[in-house]
Amino acid sequence: MTEGAGLIVFVAIIGGALRVSTPFMFVALGECLTEKSGRVNLGLEGTLVLGAMTAYAISFHSGSPWLGVFAAGCAGAALGAMHGYICKLPKVNDIAVGIAMMLFGTGLAFFFGKAYIQPSAPRLGSFSLGEWTGSQQIATALQINPLLLVGIVVAIVMAWAFANTKWGLIVRMTGDSAPSAKAMGVSVDLVRFLATTIGGFLAGVGGSFLSLFYPGSWNQGLSSGQGLMAVALVIFARWSPIRCVIAALLFGAAGAIGPALQSVGITQGYYFFNAAPYILTLFIMIASAGSKQAMRDVPGELSITK
Amino acid sequence: MSVAQASAPAAAVAPMRALSIETIGMTKIFGSLVALEDVSIKVEPGTFHALLGENGAGKSTLVKCIMGFYSADKGQVLLNGQEVPIHNPRDARAHGIGMVYQHFTLVPSLTGAENLVISRADAPAIIDWKKEMASLETFLQRMPFRVPLDVPVSAMAAGEKQKLEILKLLYLDQHLLILDEPTSVLTPDEADEMLGLLRGMAKRKDITVIMITHKFREVTSFCDSVSVLRRGRLIGGGKVSDLSTEQMARMMIGDTQIREGAVRAARPPGETVMELAALYADDDEGLPALEQVNLKVHAGEIVGIAGVSGNGQSELVEVLSGQRELTDGRILIKQKPFEPKRDSFYRLKIFGLPEEPLKNATVPRMTVAENMAFRTFDKPPAAKLGWWLSPGPMRAKARELIARYRVKTPSPETAISDLSGGNVQRAVLARELSGDVDVLIVANPCFGLDFASVAEIRAQIMEQRNHGAAVLLVSEDLDEILELADRIAVMSGGTINYVAPVGETDRATIGKHMAGH
Repeated sequence: MTEGAGLIVFVAIIGGALRVSTPFMFVALGECLTEKSGRVNLGLEGTLVLGAMTAYAISFHSGSPWLGVFAAGCAGAALGAMHGYICKLPKVNDIAVGIAMMLFGTGLAFFFGKAYIQPSAPRLGSFSLGEWTGSQQIATALQINPLLLVGIVVAIVMAWAFANTKWGLIVRMTGDSAPSAKAMGVSVDLVRFLATTIGGFLAGVGGSFLSLFYPGSWNQGLSSGQGLMAVALVIFARWSPIRCVIAALLFGAAGAIGPALQSVGITQGYYFFNAAPYILTLFIMIASAGSKQAMRDVPGELSITK
Repeated sequence: MSVAQASAPAAAVAPMRALSIETIGMTKIFGSLVALEDVSIKVEPGTFHALLGENGAGKSTLVKCIMGFYSADKGQVLLNGQEVPIHNPRDARAHGIGMVYQHFTLVPSLTGAENLVISRADAPAIIDWKKEMASLETFLQRMPFRVPLDVPVSAMAAGEKQKLEILKLLYLDQHLLILDEPTSVLTPDEADEMLGLLRGMAKRKDITVIMITHKFREVTSFCDSVSVLRRGRLIGGGKVSDLSTEQMARMMIGDTQIREGAVRAARPPGETVMELAALYADDDEGLPALEQVNLKVHAGEIVGIAGVSGNGQSELVEVLSGQRELTDGRILIKQKPFEPKRDSFYRLKIFGLPEEPLKNATVPRMTVAENMAFRTFDKPPAAKLGWWLSPGPMRAKARELIARYRVKTPSPETAISDLSGGNVQRAVLARELSGDVDVLIVANPCFGLDFASVAEIRAQIMEQRNHGAAVLLVSEDLDEILELADRIAVMSGGTINYVAPVGETDRATIGKHMAGH
């Protein structure tokens, strides 16, 4: 491999990280909020797919992709609210409900989405971080979407809010010790309901990115498990919104390895490199299972740790 | 304006802030059980009042009715002579009544400061930490004790947590404090310090304290007045200075027959049966829990391990019973390396009574008979060829044990989880002690039991010692250790830092080592 090709691969991976990471980021931030409140929502994969479908459909009908993004958020919030409501019923397990919600969300998306596979909807715009280099190749590779910046801002606001606002402290308290929260007159179910709903909204927005920016069309194989990987990513990020962003970028970069190598003509092991994010997920799960730090940071009320 | 700032000037104009409280005819009925029957107590402002009673006597029910957790079926609460309706804990809080529970209500992942600020009803939506920290500092300066504010509660010692709980109530401007066995997680020194400080605050008429306890020592040295409950009724009470410990004990127990404490048979020290050599183990979070534990236990001796809970005692018992892996070190039984496996337990005649036996030594939904057969179900006569089980002999054996150890159960076929705590303990003890015992490992055997069961179980342990068993007794109750042990070992910070024969040591020395000095 020449030096030039190495640079191209490097830029392509960075570009891929910037481009592919956004859905990971939104789903992870949504899950981070939900898990901080003491509940696991495994249904975000379904939320992501439904968000993608909704965004595409609304963008197609209204002509406004940003309206599509908002509608995707609302669809996600509705699924989140459903999860939150069902989980507060007695003797309901949030993991099982999450799996049901995942199937429900994807099923719903496929059902309503059939009609939108063919037509083409207006897509979200983008700008490039690479214009200044003067290189067309780099400029194209570093195309980014405003949603990425929104995601980073959301992460910073969330991190700040967890430490500096009453609501942030209440969410952490609910997630760490439900009896303490109850003793202070906080309604644990309400906090979790809201956290799951907002988490669903974020995941829905993440879905809109898939259909409206990259890959930029609606079809049934769009998500291929990104929502589930994002849940794993929250564990890796040890429930910190900022680390969620970094982890999402890392996953994005891993996902970009295959296409980046292909762009310089290396096709050997293409499918293997495309599987990089999945392999990464596996290793992260193994590594974090034994991590003592993760054990300390985990919210005490999570059913996966009980 | 924060509560802390608001209360500072109030203190200057109103020197008497302590509340008086009176309950009139409190009654609470759960189904067929009368938990509380016509209990009327009166606590003067600025006094330290003790609620004495055995487990299940109704102390907790009474304070929970006062706090609004339960609505009493009958009765009223008067605060400063006026009737106040309290429907939930929030009402109680609004009236200035606060409670410290046996389990902590602090949020582990939040820091001390975060815990205090969020506990306020008027916590600001956006917290200005600079301002809050400054007002917390001024608040702490008026307090008799302080705790680190910027450390997560999960990293605090039990004593600090307990202090923070109390600070929280004072921070919320509450002047009637109800404490539920507040010293169970403290070293004797910490307990004395904290109770002394609270007594001082009560003397200055800052607070009124009601403390649930069963330790007479705390009642006689810190409390002004006492109420004794038994089976949901107020049996007696009055000024502590007018009552002797014997009188209080008699009120608590009533005319229940208590088995005589087993006599310690004089016997020469036997050979070393169990030797722990430099044991290391980690806790659930992977942090070191045991660090170089060395101990020898001889035949016919009880070695008592004293210590504040959470200093590695549970992990030690788990290691010995095979529930936790050693990271380093070895256990020698009769000079041979010991692997905690079912087979070796049987061969070497090692038995145990772990703490919380319902969780650690039984399968709650299986029957009493099945639970009693855990040691013998795969040996004749309960099993043929080691796998064909016959319930007949199992049940017969269970009946015999139930009669011999006076286990109160409707039948051997009852699920063991339906039994009361004392009877679960007896059932497990029956299983463990029915054969020949060479080594006995016991952890907090009398926790939460009534006097009769306590005496019974202690006598059983002593009998095993007299028969030549090597007994390791882990207990958080120092009195229990002083009563039973031949030698005392103190555990602190995951290691044993002090061993002495019981005759050559005293409470103060032990307490000092419990605190890690």
